[in-house]
Amino acid sequence: MDLQTMTYLVVGASFALYIGIAIWARAGSTSEFYAAGGSVHPITNGMATAADWMSAASFISMAGLIANMGYGGGLFLMGWTGGYVLLAMLLAPYLRKFGKFTVPQFIGDRFYSQGASTVAVICLLTASITYIIGQMTGVGVAFSRFLGVSSDTGIYMGMAIVFAYAVFGGMKGITYTQVAQYIVLILAYTVPAVFISLQLTGNAIPQLGLGSDISGTDMALLTKLDQVVTDLGFGQYTTTTAGSKLNMFVYTMSLMIGTAGLPHVIMRFFTVAKVSDARSSAGWALIFIALLYTTAPAVGAMAKLNLHGTVNTAVGLETAADGTMKVNPEIVKARADVYATEASLVYEQRPEWMKRWEKTGLLKFEDKNGDGRIQYYNDKTKNADAQAKMDAAGWKGNELTVNADIIVLANPEIALLPNWVIALVAAGGLAAALSTAAGLLMAISAAVSHDLVKGVFVPDISEKNELLAGKIAMAVAIVISGYLGLNPPGFAAGTVALAFGIAAGSLFPAIMMGIFSKKMNKEGAMAGMLAGLFVVLFYVFAHKGIFFIKGTDFVDMIGGPNSFFGITPEAFGAIGALVNFGVAFIVDKMTKEPPPHIQAMVEAVRIPRGAKAVDGAH
Amino acid sequence: MEDQGKAYWSATLGLLGKILAVWFVFSFGTGILFVEAMNSISLGGYPLGFWFAHQGSIYIFIALIFYYGKAMGDLDRKFDVHEE
Repeated sequence: MDLQTMTYLVVGASFALYIGIAIWARAGSTSEFYAAGGSVHPITNGMATAADWMSAASFISMAGLIANMGYGGGLFLMGWTGGYVLLAMLLAPYLRKFGKFTVPQFIGDRFYSQGASTVAVICLLTASITYIIGQMTGVGVAFSRFLGVSSDTGIYMGMAIVFAYAVFGGMKGITYTQVAQYIVLILAYTVPAVFISLQLTGNAIPQLGLGSDISGTDMALLTKLDQVVTDLGFGQYTTTTAGSKLNMFVYTMSLMIGTAGLPHVIMRFFTVAKVSDARSSAGWALIFIALLYTTAPAVGAMAKLNLHGTVNTAVGLETAADGTMKVNPEIVKARADVYATEASLVYEQRPEWMKRWEKTGLLKFEDKNGDGRIQYYNDKTKNADAQAKMDAAGWKGNELTVNADIIVLANPEIALLPNWVIALVAAGGLAAALSTAAGLLMAISAAVSHDLVKGVFVPDISEKNELLAGKIAMAVAIVISGYLGLNPPGFAAGTVALAFGIAAGSLFPAIMMGIFSKKMNKEGAMAGMLAGLFVVLFYVFAHKGIFFIKGTDFVDMIGGPNSFFGITPEAFGAIGALVNFGVAFIVDKMTKEPPPHIQAMVEAVRIPRGAKAVDGAH
Repeated sequence: MEDQGKAYWSATLGLLGKILAVWFVFSFGTGILFVEAMNSISLGGYPLGFWFAHQGSIYIFIALIFYYGKAMGDLDRKFDVHEE
């Protein structure tokens, strides 16, 4: 069966499965719609949380980022997993005990203030909508690359699918489709990784393969990779960081706090039956996430070696008779001369997968020295020794540009895996994007219908009408996110930093103080949230323009890029959180303490006994 | 009952403090702050600091959450605040 038919078949089957689940899990009450009736098993919830969390960025982009960044890419790995420790210990069990549907409702009730709840809704909507744009463009890209339809058609199809199962199924439908989506995406990620790990190291487990010797040699894979990339003028793979050590520290911390503060993730813990389930469920979520996150560095490093090996025979990889990559132990051990003329691949002899990806524009070749061969190296190297050898070899600049997103998507093609694996990767990328989009839509819908419509405008709304409002809010959110996916604002990439910055700088500290500081009052919490939000927005806008409008950046006014101790705007969430805590405590000390019934409520939230089913009573 | 509640909460905070210390040491410590020193040790083909940043920290996070779940369950029963 040809690749196109196979892809239609596998992707079509996965969609039929999601819709079938949605029909089976229709939501009838607000409790089922917002919190799946509070009866989801902790392992099931863990798996759904993992699918919810792992977006198109985790699935498609992360391994490529790590391949480019080397050791420094670890900040994504640690940052996006370490947050679950904070979530499990500091937030999830207490919010489950509190027993309400949404994050803004907790903030509003705990700080006895509709103002606080409204600030939380604004933060939630900004974080979730910026996040969802990326998912929608991801869906469009995945459709257009694998199904041969236009990116726009892809987005319409994605909107229709999400609409079908999120609007009718609510949290219950989303939960069970996310379980199915997790299974699809994790198979799609790990199967190619196992094959490639076997080819390079003979070890079937990628996590062990990355620490193994290359097949037939006693040279560690990472040692070889370090050798190859430094010979070619890149930084050493196992030690390079993009910025300063302080920036890596703060960046990692921001991602951790942001992860713990993202409402669509927190909300998943309202679906389990008990406080103790919320604790263990976070652990299960992290196990399911770790399956992908510990595979990603192996995928990144091995694909990098494969890529260099494809275009430079001195690396020690060669194409076997059946077209697959194969190690040549003698060349690997010899540290052959990568600058030798005949080591560079002749362009006309490039493999089929390179031709396919050249058509997408994500892989480009430009023969700068006119020798008909591909020289792929770092032409801006600071390594004088390597530079001299490159000059001597007559290299006139790097000739191959490779988009980082190719690493995962082209992986099965590079390793010449069967067509069903390639089709599975397409279905996996779509599953990752759709599951995250659905979770975000749920958070948006609940905030609008429950915290705004019911909480502010129509407090005596009937359950039936609230459910209807929730479905309408979700439909509107799908249309808006689809529109933004079709007409991506030029700033799409920059906004992800904003989503994490807002979650870290405003939501996480407010929730945490609501639980751990009994005396924290509404004045303190609101001042803290606004201050945290302000410094994050200020720093990000200074670098990227006010509301990301070109030409309105004012980075020179704050002393040039990254002027705050060399910290990049992406990493600023942790600073926002510090400011939030600081301002909150100062304002709290100057104003009067919260009323006794609020303090009693905090004490009740702290103990597990008496946890009841989640409900929406205000 | 009031004292019992206070004792439960301070035991909880003590547990959280210990777990967060381990969390910090094996991610920010071994993976970032002291990575060069850790890299002088090898774990199979991995430099140890690199391994912590790309693999080990994640395994430790998982262990910490399950340990926390178990230890909190024990505390709940000890102070008689567990769920029925």
